[in-house]
Amino acid sequence: MTRVMFDSVARLQTRSAVYPIDYKRRSLLILLTAAALLMMLIMAGWLTNPDALSVQLDQRNLPPSFQHLFGTDWLGRDMFVRVMKGLLLSIQTGLAGAVCSAMIAAVLGIASALFGRQADRIITWLTDLFLSVPHLVALILVAFVCGGGMKGIVIGIALTHWPALARLIRAEAMQLMAAQYVQVSRRLGRSLFWIARRHMLPHLLPQLTVGLILLFPHAILHEAAVTFIGLGLPPHQPAIGIILSESMRYLSSGMWWLAVLPGAALLAAVRAFDVIGSHTKRLLDSQQYERL
Amino acid sequence: MPGWLKFAFGKSVRLAALLAAVSIITFVLISFSPVDPVRAYIGADMMTVGAEQRLDIAVYWGLDQPPLERFLKWVSSMIQGDFGSSMIYREPVAGVIAERFWYSLSLMAAAWLLSGLIGFAAGSAAAMNRGGWLDRVIQWVCYTIASTPSFWIGMLLLMVFAVWLGWLPAGLGVPAGVAAEQVTIADRIRHMVLPAAALSIAGISAVALHTRQKLIDILDSDFVLYARAKGERGWQLYRNHGLRNIALPAMTLQLASFSELFGGAVLAEQVFTYPGLGHATVEAGLRGDVPLLMGLVLFSTLFVFTGNTAADVLYRLVDPRIRGHENDSRNV
Amino acid sequence: MSLLQVENLSISFARYAGWLRREIIMPVRQLDLALQAGEITALVGASGSGKSLLAHAILGILPANASLGGSILYKGEKLTAARQAKLRGKDIMLVPQSVTYLDPLMRSGAQVCLAARGGDPRKLQRAAFRRYRLDNEVEQMYPHQLSGGMARRIMAASAFVSGACMIIADEPTPGMQAEDAAETMKWFRELADQGHAVLLITHDLEAAVAGADRIAVMNAGMTVEWLPASHFSDKGERLQHPYSRALWNSLPANGFYVPQSDWRAVSSREGPGCPFASCCELAAAICREEQPGMREGERGWVRCHAS
Repeated sequence: MTRVMFDSVARLQTRSAVYPIDYKRRSLLILLTAAALLMMLIMAGWLTNPDALSVQLDQRNLPPSFQHLFGTDWLGRDMFVRVMKGLLLSIQTGLAGAVCSAMIAAVLGIASALFGRQADRIITWLTDLFLSVPHLVALILVAFVCGGGMKGIVIGIALTHWPALARLIRAEAMQLMAAQYVQVSRRLGRSLFWIARRHMLPHLLPQLTVGLILLFPHAILHEAAVTFIGLGLPPHQPAIGIILSESMRYLSSGMWWLAVLPGAALLAAVRAFDVIGSHTKRLLDSQQYERL
Repeated sequence: MPGWLKFAFGKSVRLAALLAAVSIITFVLISFSPVDPVRAYIGADMMTVGAEQRLDIAVYWGLDQPPLERFLKWVSSMIQGDFGSSMIYREPVAGVIAERFWYSLSLMAAAWLLSGLIGFAAGSAAAMNRGGWLDRVIQWVCYTIASTPSFWIGMLLLMVFAVWLGWLPAGLGVPAGVAAEQVTIADRIRHMVLPAAALSIAGISAVALHTRQKLIDILDSDFVLYARAKGERGWQLYRNHGLRNIALPAMTLQLASFSELFGGAVLAEQVFTYPGLGHATVEAGLRGDVPLLMGLVLFSTLFVFTGNTAADVLYRLVDPRIRGHENDSRNV
Repeated sequence: MSLLQVENLSISFARYAGWLRREIIMPVRQLDLALQAGEITALVGASGSGKSLLAHAILGILPANASLGGSILYKGEKLTAARQAKLRGKDIMLVPQSVTYLDPLMRSGAQVCLAARGGDPRKLQRAAFRRYRLDNEVEQMYPHQLSGGMARRIMAASAFVSGACMIIADEPTPGMQAEDAAETMKWFRELADQGHAVLLITHDLEAAVAGADRIAVMNAGMTVEWLPASHFSDKGERLQHPYSRALWNSLPANGFYVPQSDWRAVSSREGPGCPFASCCELAAAICREEQPGMREGERGWVRCHAS
């Protein structure tokens, strides 16, 4: 009655699996590539010779060439060196802001779960409050209050970027708080601080790390934006925002490389951070079915 | 109390609390600022202005009084609709904001609609072809746009379309050297195209990625499985179930993105020297125009709040589940 | 000839078990089944035994990461993806189990209209509403306004208007009151009497025995026995497979006899031999060495060495 009929299982598998190699290995590969690219950018910023930034009037306004990869500006300064140094500065500023922001998010998110309903309501309201002013307006306000400079930007980024991450951490911490082993710890008379340190932090660390990495791109872009406007880093520092805002004056003169290449370098750095963040998230997402 | 009245009351209380909190924080921040408003006001003429004159200016702005008194005075006049005078434009703040809001409004509305429509279409197309090449291209483009400084997009557009091709004006809201009454609508639109394009490109990726994710969730749902079992597929499936179920979340997201829209407008207006609110915000920050800056902070808060409230209202009007719930509770 | 014949069907998924380690899980490993026009066939198995996946495999709506083995024949011809796309909703129709299968933002009348084939959708839908005793106002209701009973009628009406000759009902009766369940079974009996083939996927053996013509018993992703429903009687003397007997005798009406061993503990076992060798009371040496083939008995077949 029954004919045993085997379909070629292998053929069906290739039809249904869209990615030829499994995507976690692929994620790891992409992540490492992005990290390598980023390291190269940072190393370039560190190692390039600052002598190339000196004014050389006989080398003015040169388009990109092998000698000057990104060309030179109206003072004969090598744009590649300027951009790499600027990128390093932007990344540092962005990192400082993002780290502060993630710490605020962690503290508030955990506090929300730890200190009961009243504290949670206050923190939730605070979160909504900080989301209700456009980031850039808040950044301009803080930068103005601090009188410009690095300090203003770092404080501004720290104060504006935490709410989204804080919400994530809060939700996760709430779940942890309801977990049985945390409840048992509480009955055993453990202090809230002990619970936060022993039970919460270790579990929240992966989320927090991914959240922090995914904050970098925003932080760096906002740093560049505020500096571009003229409220950020002072003009004598070669931040990317400064380079781009200076190039505005030369847009009509056909010196495209002054605007295009620095912007593209910034884009590459930001995108690398974004890729690292999202693929780390994918890798940490264990027990996930292979789906697209 | 009818549902909508309760809703409106709740929203008003929230708005009042929000504006109060934002004004207090802003005021405290500014009063701790090392920037001397008088110095900022006088600017380069500092050397030529004597101490007495400086004191006069301080008295004129009310800067000689203690902060708390200044704050109360500011709040009480604000409640009467007087937001003070802008130092740089020498006009009432309310007037400056109102005038510039119209420039920004047309710019932001155009960009909002455009980015919403393009983003929605792109996100839908990506999700319907999940895993395919179109999906990957759309995702790649969206993630790249999300990593791109929006002012740089503006600069590229400016270089290509204004400098290189010469199709469109490079900046300002109206042609230079033309009397105000001679400016035509066409002129205004021509000046708005590039900033609006820059602003909408920056806004596309969020809508597209969000729409894609929502639609994928819908496509994985039980009811789409059943619809597919019934033989629906492709465009028909999208029209019958996809569109119906993602239109509202997408609209909501787009309304909730007023904050990014305003931030984007600040940068786009800066690149194209377009005389809108964003440009005014930058000027106020750069030149220490405290009354204007505070007015703009409050106004942008109100703007963002309006978007969020509109999203809530839309949900209550359109979603039959919430609508039905309202009716039920009224009947009880 | 059977309308639908499922032979040695297996369904597997790849998933991550950790950071990078992948594993293949195979919820369905050896599924055989035949469906006759004019009959109700019940596929009975415990929850989680992979029954619902069969419905999705027949319709070709498994998730993209699923792999299939074995074959499904419809009207004697292989059911390919292209053929499935053509037959879905037209020849083969699904009756899902709960209200979550209805579009929450679409009025129920419109949802039934969408399923209609061969004729004016509106007229078909009205006729189906009359047949399943649904008021005209229900047309305008959204799923969240429907009662559980109304939702089931809507889905039955959808199957009716499709005019499909094969109906797959996924868990149609669980959690229902006795009279509701009886009414639901009556609908399927009517359809079968009109010449439809009905596949009833359920974990409720009692309802299956009462309502179906033939029963396939499934455990751990395998059909262990396929036989007429009438063989489930008395103490199960006419049942061939020990699992079927254990299942039948564990019913409240048959004395709640609880088997000594846990039949579900085997589901992940790999290797040669009968997968139930470790928990079967009748297991002999051969059961551990050789996988049992299918043996034909009176009006059915069984996959067991011992029977």
